[in-house]
Order: sequence, then structure tokens, then C-alpha cells
Amino acid sequence: MKIQRLGQVAALALVGSIAFAGCGSDNNTGSASSSSATGSAASADCFEGTLNAEGSSAQKNAFEEAASSFLAACPGGTVNYNPTGSGAGIKQFIAGQVDFAGSDSALKTEEKDGVIEADAAAKTCGSPAWNLPMVTGPIAIAYNVEGVDKLILTPAVAADIFNGKIATWNDPAIAAINPGVTLPSTAVKVFFRSDESGTTENFTKYLNTAAPDNWTADPAKVWSGKGEGKEKSAGVAEGVKSTDGGVTYVEWSYAKDNDLSIAQVDNGGGATELTAESVGKAVEAAKADGEGNDLRLKLDYTTKEAGAYPILLVTYEIVCSKNSDATKAASIKAFLKHFSSAEVQKSLEEIGYAPLPTSVQTQVATAVNALS
Amino acid sequence: MTPTITGRSTVDELPGPDGRSPLSGDRASTGRLGDRVFGGLAKGAGILVVGIVALVGTFLVIQAVPALLNNNVNFLTSREWVPSGTEPRFGILDMFWATTVTSIIAMVIAVPLGVAVALFITQYAPGWLRGPAAATIDLLAAVPSIVYGFWGLTIAGQFFTPVQHALSKVFGWIPVFDDAGFSAKSTLAFAGVILAIMVLPIITAISREVFQQVPTAHKEGALALGATHWEMIRTAVLPFGKPGIISASMLGLGRALGETLAVVILLSGLNSTAGWSWSVFNGGSTFASKIAGGASEFDTPQKTGAYIAAGLVLFVLTFAVNAVARIVIERRKAFSE
Repeated sequence: MKIQRLGQVAALALVGSIAFAGCGSDNNTGSASSSSATGSAASADCFEGTLNAEGSSAQKNAFEEAASSFLAACPGGTVNYNPTGSGAGIKQFIAGQVDFAGSDSALKTEEKDGVIEADAAAKTCGSPAWNLPMVTGPIAIAYNVEGVDKLILTPAVAADIFNGKIATWNDPAIAAINPGVTLPSTAVKVFFRSDESGTTENFTKYLNTAAPDNWTADPAKVWSGKGEGKEKSAGVAEGVKSTDGGVTYVEWSYAKDNDLSIAQVDNGGGATELTAESVGKAVEAAKADGEGNDLRLKLDYTTKEAGAYPILLVTYEIVCSKNSDATKAASIKAFLKHFSSAEVQKSLEEIGYAPLPTSVQTQVATAVNALS
Repeated sequence: MTPTITGRSTVDELPGPDGRSPLSGDRASTGRLGDRVFGGLAKGAGILVVGIVALVGTFLVIQAVPALLNNNVNFLTSREWVPSGTEPRFGILDMFWATTVTSIIAMVIAVPLGVAVALFITQYAPGWLRGPAAATIDLLAAVPSIVYGFWGLTIAGQFFTPVQHALSKVFGWIPVFDDAGFSAKSTLAFAGVILAIMVLPIITAISREVFQQVPTAHKEGALALGATHWEMIRTAVLPFGKPGIISASMLGLGRALGETLAVVILLSGLNSTAGWSWSVFNGGSTFASKIAGGASEFDTPQKTGAYIAAGLVLFVLTFAVNAVARIVIERRKAFSE
């Protein structure tokens, strides 16, 4: 039967084309391989060869943006990043398998599982390892409540929302800090990350520090509050977008991409909207925890500074201050100089990161210059 | 004079016409190269497949046992899932429940529907419709499972909300239909519905094949005895096809038990403090979705072993279900000729 044969061929073609459409990959950076930085660079700020870095997935988009703009400026200078997670990145750096690591937390100076990370890294490098803050990722409290465009939350109220104590949006606790806003009686539907996530860890760190009476659980990569679990940031953002009354904590870029309303946070210094400047203020308010060029920061989640948005995570690049391989050292220096430059930092704002504030950026630039 | 009957004849004792030994035959159809090669290949294929299954099982057991020995709670009855750290406590009760519920719902929907479609295609449809209808149902099998997940999440889910509300309003007093506060598209029930759609083409295709094998004599005999079309189907076609329907259902159940990506996208996970609920309108994680969700964080052998132990339970469950199905089919072989 001709029709059946034609139908079979058409179905086969359709299936085949759809199947082969899945063969492409949107992550086209090469996978980590043994690096071979060749000699003479075109200029002092370029190099030819390959650098390999590994670590936190939170800075993946920022890193790739910086690497591609670096490649555009310096053809031949490829920097690869493998977003396996902060823990894996540090492990590989200590084992000498990658040139530098990206991590949401600085190298630990206390012993854990029999290892002091800072000491082990110093041993691998032959010199102290420096933590250079490079990427600031704000965490937004994104919500979808019909008719509510502006919402102010304090740490205590946020903690109660996320641990289920507040069940409807017109709860008196929320109404008290939102005068003039008509809150509907929709149920509060919390969405959380069902996979292990650094975002969960940082958000619970914030809640635990800023509202210790309301959020008693220890910060961890696994969610300890209430709600529905969804996979990855994309899942929680989609969940909130499609549910009236939904609320979640998610990276700023996902909230922006999905057109979710973002709550303003009042840490004690007034309601602060999530903008690049407000996040920068919070980074400036952080205490410097390291000495000299080791710029580890202790974020102050309880900062009452006006105009500072307190919920954020900072990703560090962990590098050897003195690299035994001179060409490798020059390459790392060139790339990090590019990454920490004001222009590149500004370009990260479009993809949902906050640029480093000037004071911190100049400190990082000084430290990068001191690398050898 | 009693003749002695020995059961031997002179032909058996004298050599053959060209000097061959007695009882050797003419070796016309034994020992040819083709037989040996094909027999060997078939045997080899069988051994290979059994070997692969055995090796997979062994791999699962070897990876899982060290982690299980470190477990501080009963693996089969605990609801906690903390597979790493100094005191691992992990149990599969929640996952077992979610997997079983979604698969049962999928089967309850897909088997009657699939058999009905197969009956329609083979018994009721006009000749020109049979081919295209069969091809269309088979196309359902070609849709990737991730597409099913996203389709269910973004489009089909909203149509399930009124169904869930109606069911929990009318039958809410039964714990199984109680509303648990999850959005309708993220519940076990809806995941079961999507799984039913994914499993439907498998059941339909195999049932269709089986119903086409019904001997015409059976069907004509029933009709000749005065049966109506439906009575003929009920007495001649369905009993003949029962082993086939059961094996089709088992294949479908195997797919439903192991379906990963669609369930990962659809189902909402439960938080760690959620209480036990019998409701099918609850969230949860199946074995496959839990393992897939945790797959990017396999950093220690302990954690990997815990997840693989969960996979081992799924493996054993599928194996047991298939074994039961085989037994049922063997007992019903009487109807096949």
C-alpha cells in the first residue's frame, strides 16, 4: 500500500530528524586535557595555550563569558572550565590536576576529614594559595503572587515562610511589613532545590545567621525546610512561574529570565531591592578574613547597612601565589587580570551576576599583579 | 514352542550396504557446518545476554554492599535519606512507595486502554484504517521521554487540576485520594498518567500482534454458534491472547518502573520532614528519579553505594515482577496451539 509506505518513510524521517537534533551540544568548550602552554605570547596580557580550571557551578556562566571574551581578545588563549562543584575543584587543585580552582567557599583553615585545605594547597603550590573573590552571585527570593508587584521581607518572615510557619500570603506577619499592599489569601507554596546545591547552602547560611530564632536548622547543601522539591534552578523557577502563590530562592539570572517578581529584603537598614549596586555594597561590607593578598571574605549576612542586599554568594578563584611553571604563571595572571578588570565585571551584570565593587576590584587587581 | 522376542532384528546387526556400521543412518541431516555455526551463534547469544544480566547484577551488589553495611537504619523500612557523612542513614521506603504507586496507576490506565485499542485495530477497524492507526500508536513510542516530561509539565498538567479537585472532593474521605497540597502536575497520580501514555504503545503493539494470531477457525466457530461480535471476541480472541497481553503488560511495567527523565521533570520531591501520606496526590521520588537527581554528586564511594543499592532494589523488583508474569503465562499456555 503506497500510503502506508509513504507514511512509514515520513515517520522515519521525522523521528530521525528529531533524534539527530539532539546530537548537538550547547556546551562547546573543550573538556579538560593536559595543558600545553607554548612560549612567546603576543602581548604581555595575552598568552597562547590552554588553561584548565575546575570547580563551582555557580560561576559557570560568568567564567564562560570571561573565557570567551578573553579568547576574542587573545586568539589562541583557551581557558577551560569544568563545573563539577566546589569540593571537587579544590580536591583537583590540591592534587595538582588543574591550574586553578573555582569555589564558593575559601580554602578551609580548620581540619576536616583529616585535611587542612589551605595547608595542602600550599604544599602543592610550594607557596601560599590565595583566594581571589571574582564572581558575586546574588540569590533572589522570587515569588509569583497575583496582584503583588512589590513585596518586602525581613529575615525572620522569610525564614517563617520557608519553614512552613506562614501558610497564606495575607498572614499578619507579612502584612505588617508591607503596608498598603493588598495581599491575597492564596496559599504559600514553597519550592526548594531537591538536588544538592550550593545555592541552598548559602541561602540557609543567610537564614541561619540573620534569623537564628526562626531558622534553627544548620546550613547544608540539602534543604531542611518545607515545600516541594524541584530539580535544579530551572525546575524551581518553572515551578514558581506556573504556580500562583509560589515562592523560592534562586539565582538572580533565573528569576530575571523567567520574569519572576523579586522580593526586597529588609535586613534592618530598610527595604533593599536586588540590583548590582546593592549587592556590591554588601560585598564591600564584608570583612577581609585573610592577610595581604589572600582576599578571603567573611560575608556579613546580618549587615544593617542601608542599600546593601545581603543574600549572596561569592565565588573565589584559588591560585598559587608563586607558580613553579613560569609560562603557566604568566597565563593565569593574564586571564585573571582580564577576568577581574572592570569592563569584564560589568559585562557579567547582564547574565545575572553583580560586578565586584570598585574597592574589592582594585584589591583583586593588585593581588593578580602580585602573582608570579 | 515359544518364540523368543528379543526386539532385535538382523538388520540391526549386519553391516550396511557400503560397509557402514549398523544403526548409523545415512547422516544426511546431522553434523553439517551450517548447523554447527548457527547453533553455536544462537547458544552464544543466549549465554551473552544471560551473562550481561548476571554481570549487571553482580556490579550492583558489589558497589552496594559496603555502603549498606555502613547504614545505621533498616534499609528497607526507613524513610530517611542521608547517604553520606559520619552516620549514614538511608532507606528506600519512600522511593518504593512512589515507584509502586506511579507504576500501578500507569498499568491501570494503560492495560485496558491498550487492549481496547489493539482490539479495535484488529477486530473492528476497516481495512484501510488498520495500517495508519497502528503506525500512529507506534509513533507515541518514538517521542523521547524528556519531551513527555516537559509536555506534561507545561501543557497537559493544567488539565489535570480539575480532575484532581473533583476526585479529592468526592473521594477525599479515602486516604488514597486525599489532597496533599501539591500542584496537580507534580503529583504521583499525574506522573502515573504520563507513564501510562508512554507505556501504551508497547502494550498496544504486542497485543495487536497476538490478536492477529488468533486462528480464524476459533473465531468462525464462535460466530457460527451464534455469538455476536463482542461475544466472539470475549470467547475466542481474548482467552487466546491472554498470555500475550500479560507479557505485553510486563514489558510495559518494566518501562514504567524504570522511567527516569519524565518523572524527574514532573514529580516534586518531598522535603525531609514530610510525614507519611497514603495520598496519590502527593509528591515523591521514584528510584530512577532519585538516582538521576543525585547522579552529579557521587563524590564518595559511600554515597555512590547508597544510590546503587537503591538501583539494586529496583533491579530486583523488576526481576521479581517479570518472574511472576512468566509463571502466570506458563500456566495459561493451554490456549495456544
